[in-house]
Amino acid sequence: MAQLDNKLQPSKAIPFYRNVKVLALVAQIAFLLILGLLFWWLIGNMLSSLRRSNIPLSFDFLPQTAGFEIAESSIRYSATDSYGRAFLVGILNTLRIAVLGIILSTIFGIIIGIGRLSSNWLLRNLAGAYVELFRNTPLAVQLIFWFVAVILKLPRVRDAIAIDGIFALSNRGLTLAWPVAGESYAAWSIWFWVGLVVGVIAYVLRRQQLQRLDRPLVAWPVAWLAVLATWLVSWLGVWLFTGSSPLVIDQPHLSGFNYIGGVSITAAFFALLLGLTCYTAAFIAEIVRAGILAVSKGQREAAQALGFTPFQTMRLIIFPQALRVIIPPLTNQYLNLTKNSSLGILVSFPDLFFVTTTINNQSGRAVQVILIMMACYLAMSLLISLFANIYNSRMRLKER
Amino acid sequence: MKVNRFLGFVSVLLLAAFVAACSNQAATNEPSSPVEAAPTDAPAIGAPVAAATEAPAPAPTAAPQATTAPAAPTASGGSTLQTIKDRGELICGSNDQVPGFGSVDASGQTVGFDIDFCRALAAAIFGDPNKVTFRPLTAQERFTAVQSGEVDVLIRNTTNTLTRETVNGMDFAPTNFFDGQGIMVRKSDNLNTISDLDGATICVQSGTTTELNLADAFRAVGASFTPAVFEDANGTFSAYDAGQCDAVTTDKSGLASRRLSLSSPEDHVIMDVTLSKEPLAPAVLQGDAQWRDIVTWVIYGLFNAEEYGVTQANVQEQLSSDDPNIRRLLGVEGELGAGLGLDNDFMVKVISAVGNYGEIYDRHLGPNTPINIPRGPNAQYTDGGLIYGMPFR
Repeated sequence: MAQLDNKLQPSKAIPFYRNVKVLALVAQIAFLLILGLLFWWLIGNMLSSLRRSNIPLSFDFLPQTAGFEIAESSIRYSATDSYGRAFLVGILNTLRIAVLGIILSTIFGIIIGIGRLSSNWLLRNLAGAYVELFRNTPLAVQLIFWFVAVILKLPRVRDAIAIDGIFALSNRGLTLAWPVAGESYAAWSIWFWVGLVVGVIAYVLRRQQLQRLDRPLVAWPVAWLAVLATWLVSWLGVWLFTGSSPLVIDQPHLSGFNYIGGVSITAAFFALLLGLTCYTAAFIAEIVRAGILAVSKGQREAAQALGFTPFQTMRLIIFPQALRVIIPPLTNQYLNLTKNSSLGILVSFPDLFFVTTTINNQSGRAVQVILIMMACYLAMSLLISLFANIYNSRMRLKER
Repeated sequence: MKVNRFLGFVSVLLLAAFVAACSNQAATNEPSSPVEAAPTDAPAIGAPVAAATEAPAPAPTAAPQATTAPAAPTASGGSTLQTIKDRGELICGSNDQVPGFGSVDASGQTVGFDIDFCRALAAAIFGDPNKVTFRPLTAQERFTAVQSGEVDVLIRNTTNTLTRETVNGMDFAPTNFFDGQGIMVRKSDNLNTISDLDGATICVQSGTTTELNLADAFRAVGASFTPAVFEDANGTFSAYDAGQCDAVTTDKSGLASRRLSLSSPEDHVIMDVTLSKEPLAPAVLQGDAQWRDIVTWVIYGLFNAEEYGVTQANVQEQLSSDDPNIRRLLGVEGELGAGLGLDNDFMVKVISAVGNYGEIYDRHLGPNTPINIPRGPNAQYTDGGLIYGMPFR
C-alpha cells in the first residue's frame, strides 16, 4: 500500500502546467493558431482592400474574350478566344519548353559530365571550362545574351541564311522542310496502326523464341524491324496504287514578309531552349561526375580485368550503379528547369508566366490570375517529382 | 521556470484570441461598404483599352505579385493629401523610357511632358516642384502600383478606359494628351495600309491597349499577323530595330519619340493610319474624392492659364490683373484653393514652377524639340483643339 502510494504520489503532484506532454501539446496548438490567424488576417486584409477598390474576387472572367494575340501556340488560338484558352496556351508552351529542355540538358549534361572525367587533357579542360562558365553566371544574363547578342544579330528574314526548299535561318528563327500529309495519306494512315500491331505480335513471338533458345530476352530490335518493314511496304503499296505519296515534304519559301511552309522554331523559343539547356546541362554534368566518382574504383578495375572496353565499362558497369546517386539531385534540376522557364518573358517567349502577366494586366484580376498560375506550376512540379520518384524506386538497389 | 513558460503560452493564446475577436469585428463591419454594389463584372474585353506602350522597370519579372496580399492603406475619405504632406513628398508613378514624355536626361534628371505634371502637383501641394519622387513603372506594373498605394498618382501615358475605371479601380483625371495608336514601318518596304501588312511580324508591348487594338484592327480588315510581344518598350523597339519585326506599334507620340533612338531614324516612317483613340490621362486610386479633385483641378488650372495667357514669366504681374478669371485662377479672389485643401494661390506656385499647359507642351514636344509633334487635338478649344479648362469659379 505504502509502495503504491509512493508510486502514485509523484504523478499526482505534477500539476498539468508542468507536464512536458501537455506543454508540448499546448505549444503546438498555439503555434498552429498563430499561423492560422496570420493567414486569416492576410486574406481578410486582401479581401477588404479588394472590396475597397471595387475589384471583385471571382473567376467569371475566364470565359470572356481575351482580345490579345499570342506569338506562338501549339493549339489553335486567336484574339477572339477566351482567357481560359489563353491560359491553356501558356501551360502548353511551358510544358513544351520544359520537356524539350529536360531531354536536351540531360543528354548534354551526361556527355559533359563524362567528359570532365576523360583522360584526354583537352576534352577534360574544355568540359571543366564549360561547367564553370555556365554555372557561375546568372541565367537571366545568359538568356539576354543568347537573344540580343546572338539571335537578334542573325540576318533579317530577307537576307536569311538559307538553302531554298530545305532550311532558312534568320533573326525570326529557323524554318525547316517538314513532311506533311499528302493526298493519299488517308489511305495509308490505317497501315500506321497495322504496323504497330505487327510490332507487338513480333515482340511476343520473338520473346517466346528467345526463351526457348535460352538467350537474353532482347526482343525489341526484331519488333521495330517488323514495324518499319510494315510501314515501308504499305507506303510503297499505297504509292503504287494511288500514284501519290502519303507524305510530302513541305518546303519553306519566302512569301511576303515571312517564310511559309515547313516547320518553324521561333527566335524566342530557340533562345529560351538554348539558355535553359546550356545552363542546366552544366549542373547536370556535375551531378553525373559526382555519381560516377561515387562508384568504387574496384568496379572499374574488375571490369578492365575481365576485358571490357572503356565504353563497355562505362555503359554496363559504372553508369548503372552511378544512376542511383544521380537520380535524386537530377530531379531537382528538372524542377529548376521547369520553373526557370518562367524567365521566357525576357526573350518574349509566351510561356505560362508571360501569358499570365498579360492576362492579369488586360483583365485586372491580379489575385485570381496569380493563384491559377501558382497552382499550375505547383501541379507541374509535383508531377515531375512523382515520375522521378517512381523511376528512382525502380532503379534502387534491390535487396532480396 | 516551467511556470513562466506556461504563462507565456497562456498570454500568447489570450493575445491571439483578442486579435481574432478584433479582426472578426472588422471583417463583419466591412461588407456594408459601398463597394459591394459595384459592378462585379466588367465586360471589358475587346473594348478599347488602355494605352501606353512603354515601360521601364529594371526588374521585370517579380514585381506584379507583390501587390496582391498586403494592399497598403489606400484612399478612403480624403487621407491621401494628408499622407503626402506627412511624408513630405509626392510619389509619382512615371515612365522613363519615352523621351519627351518621361525619360532620364544626360544629367540624370527625370524630364518630360508627363513628368512636369507630377512637378506641378508637387508645386501645388508643397510650393516646391522638386518634392516629388518618380517611380518608373512598366505597363504591367502600373495599376497594381496604384492599387497598393505604392504611388500616389500615375502620370504615365495611360489611356482612360471603362475597364480601368471599373475593374482596375482607377479614377482618371482630365486627359492631358489626346493620342492615337499608329504603326511604324521601314520606308523601303513601301507599306501604306493595314492590308499591306498581311502576314507581317509586328512588335508590340504586352499589357497595353495597343496589343488589343492591333488584334482588332487586323481582324477588321481580315488580315493576319504574327505578334512579337515584349515586356518593355526597350525590348520592343530594339527587336524592331534589329529587323525581327516588319512593323512596330504604339501610340503615335511614342512612335515619334522612339523613332529618334533607332539606329537610323530617317529609314523609318509612321504610317498614315490611326488604329484607336488613346486619351492619355493621369490616374489615381478610386475612393478619395479630394485627392482626385486636386489632380483634376491642377490640370484644368494649367489649361486655363494657357487660355488666359498666364505664363511662367508673367505670373507675378498677372496677380494685379483686372480680369476676374485670372484673379480667381491665381487665388487673388475667392477661396477656391481652400476647397481642395490647398493654399488659395496654389496655381501661382504651379505656374511659377512649370508654366502653363502650352509652355509644358512646347518645352518637351514643341517645334523646337527633336520630337516635334504638332498640337493637333491638343490645341486649346479656341484654336480648334480639345483642350478645354473647366471654369475656376
